[in-house]
Amino acid sequence: MREIEYREAIREAVIEEMDSDEKVFLIGEDIGVYGGAFRAYKGLIDKYGPERVINTPISEAAIIGAGIGAALTGYRPIAEIMFIDFTTLTMDQIVNQAAKIRYMTGDSLNVPLVIRTQGGAGRGVAAQHSQSLEAWFYHVPGLKVVMPATSYDVKGLLKTAIRDDNPVMFIEHKMIYLNKGPVPEEEYTIPFGKADIKREGEDVTIFAYSNMVFKSLEAAGELQKDGISCEIIDPRTLVPLDIEAIISSVKKTGRLVVVSEACRRGSVASDISAMVTEEAFDFLDAPIKIVAGLNTPIPYNSTLEQASIPHAADIVKAVKEIVKK
Amino acid sequence: MTNISKEAKIEMLKKLIEIRRFEEKTVQLYQTAKIWGYLHPSLGQEAIAVGACSAITGDDYIVSTHRGHGHCIAKGANLNLMMAELLGKATGYCKGRGGSMHIADTELKMLGANGIVGGGIPISVGAGFSCKMDGNGKVVICFFGDGASNNGVFHESLNMASVFKLPVIYICENNLYAISMCSRESVACKNVGDRASSYGMPGYIIDGNDLTEVYETVKKAADDARKGNGPSLIEAQTYRWGGHHPNDPGAYKDKEEADYYKKEKDPVVNFKKKLMAEGIITDRDIDKFEDEIKKMIDDSVKFAEESPEPELDKFLEEVKQI
Ligand SMILES: Cc1ncc(C[n+]2csc(CCOP(=O)(O)OP(=O)(O)O)c2C)c(N)n1
Ligand SMILES: [Mg+2]
Repeated sequence: MREIEYREAIREAVIEEMDSDEKVFLIGEDIGVYGGAFRAYKGLIDKYGPERVINTPISEAAIIGAGIGAALTGYRPIAEIMFIDFTTLTMDQIVNQAAKIRYMTGDSLNVPLVIRTQGGAGRGVAAQHSQSLEAWFYHVPGLKVVMPATSYDVKGLLKTAIRDDNPVMFIEHKMIYLNKGPVPEEEYTIPFGKADIKREGEDVTIFAYSNMVFKSLEAAGELQKDGISCEIIDPRTLVPLDIEAIISSVKKTGRLVVVSEACRRGSVASDISAMVTEEAFDFLDAPIKIVAGLNTPIPYNSTLEQASIPHAADIVKAVKEIVKK
Repeated sequence: MTNISKEAKIEMLKKLIEIRRFEEKTVQLYQTAKIWGYLHPSLGQEAIAVGACSAITGDDYIVSTHRGHGHCIAKGANLNLMMAELLGKATGYCKGRGGSMHIADTELKMLGANGIVGGGIPISVGAGFSCKMDGNGKVVICFFGDGASNNGVFHESLNMASVFKLPVIYICENNLYAISMCSRESVACKNVGDRASSYGMPGYIIDGNDLTEVYETVKKAADDARKGNGPSLIEAQTYRWGGHHPNDPGAYKDKEEADYYKKEKDPVVNFKKKLMAEGIITDRDIDKFEDEIKKMIDDSVKFAEESPEPELDKFLEEVKQI
């Protein structure tokens, strides 16, 4: 199969959906000639023109609000917030408006809006450009939260997100835009709420999403050398969450390591751990381990930055603490 | 500027050169990966930082932006500590935690650069309240870009500062671009300065490449603020010489316009010429300043390179307190 970059997979999904549905349009900062901060929209301004590729002033709240308003009136906008750190400026529109409108209005109105953004550390861009804030959106009823790791997943899930009739937080990771992965030529979509087993194994389940999938795969490779077989479950969407896939893997392995780049306090990882404890306690042969980012603003200095997020070695260590071989 | 001493003019020229050479050095260091992350040089905009900071006192505050090196230097920052921060060292202004976008210093009354566009504008309102409550005649300069003036926080803050007659001088550095977005297309009225009338404050639209004009306008706005007349908005028109950052070639910029600004509106060259025409300095003096500044900058790089990295163990201990 051909291999394409993650950002190219995004671009393909957008093109396919824009070609098949004239109601789909793009709105955000520097998405015109600049092609987006990570160049995922390269050339789209030439292909679709400024009416469907709306390059806005630096007005985040209005970008999301405009997305909501257009969604309420028949369009399917893909609104981009350049860094997840800047969603802070849009929280009323996302949390009080987009997430709740359908419910509050008794299903009278709905908001088919995709909010594309990206987070994560690793580029030395410090505390206001490196955060992993998915837990905020995970916490708010009414939002779907998608965090694809691979080119294949990002393409199939973005197409599903665009077709969804409800608001979707589509969260990418800044370190993986140039990663290449197999993507078929023919069209496909990936349903929400369906985890993907990124590696099959027997001894321990590793739950990981976004960039942490790759760190987990690296760890699993290391652990294999010591005869420890890891199963990696990538939920791909945090809301809806494929809890069954996690539970059934845990039933097989009896052990769980939950990995999260986001800092641990109030994290998705803590919630997963609580759910598995409640629902599969009897199947666990060891305590659940959480490998998460430190509770710190992300520092600029690269040694400190790297120390504040999990690496393969941390995952290996955690696995070895609960798997004795 | 007639009532400005010769010495003060020379100081301003030195600051201009200091910023220019410092920024050139940071771009070099970025290209050799000694500095990483995001770096936003203020090349071409030096006269705004120097003119504005020279028109206030050391006790007055400034609030800066992601493109803030010039503001720091103009406010009197120590180049060693700045450079150490850019290299992520423990000796830097932010102990290596912040990098280019977050330099701040209590003693300098520099309330911080900012990674969030417009993030400093509301903060200037609070600093303005402090100055007013202290009643000691201090003022705040709030720097921001043309792009930032399109964010909601700009509008909330200017309105509030005006309602409470706070001593804040809002300086919009309109360098024509916000990353790739030209301010001619992003600002709905003709000039950012026109927005002042919506908030009931004086608005000035000036040539931000002319140090004298910047100095005099800020001086007037600061005098007004000190007298309790409230805030002003100054749009200082200038030009971002480079791309948004050193890795952005700025292909979307008009080449002729870029050439025009570099050739005709270079704020450093023009001020130099002016002082020479006034007979205040000679070529020999300029050479001397350049040598002194080169040495300061080389020393700052040396200081930064020889400085220790932040200690990992200490970091891990500190994290427990957060
Ligand atoms: C709230 C927010 N939105 C977007 C960005 C990304 N960004 C960083 S600098 C910049 C352009 C800012 O333009 P302007 O205010 O004119 O300042 P300049 O870069 O020209 O100095 C943008 C969009 C950001 N850092 N913060
Ligand atoms: Mg600008």
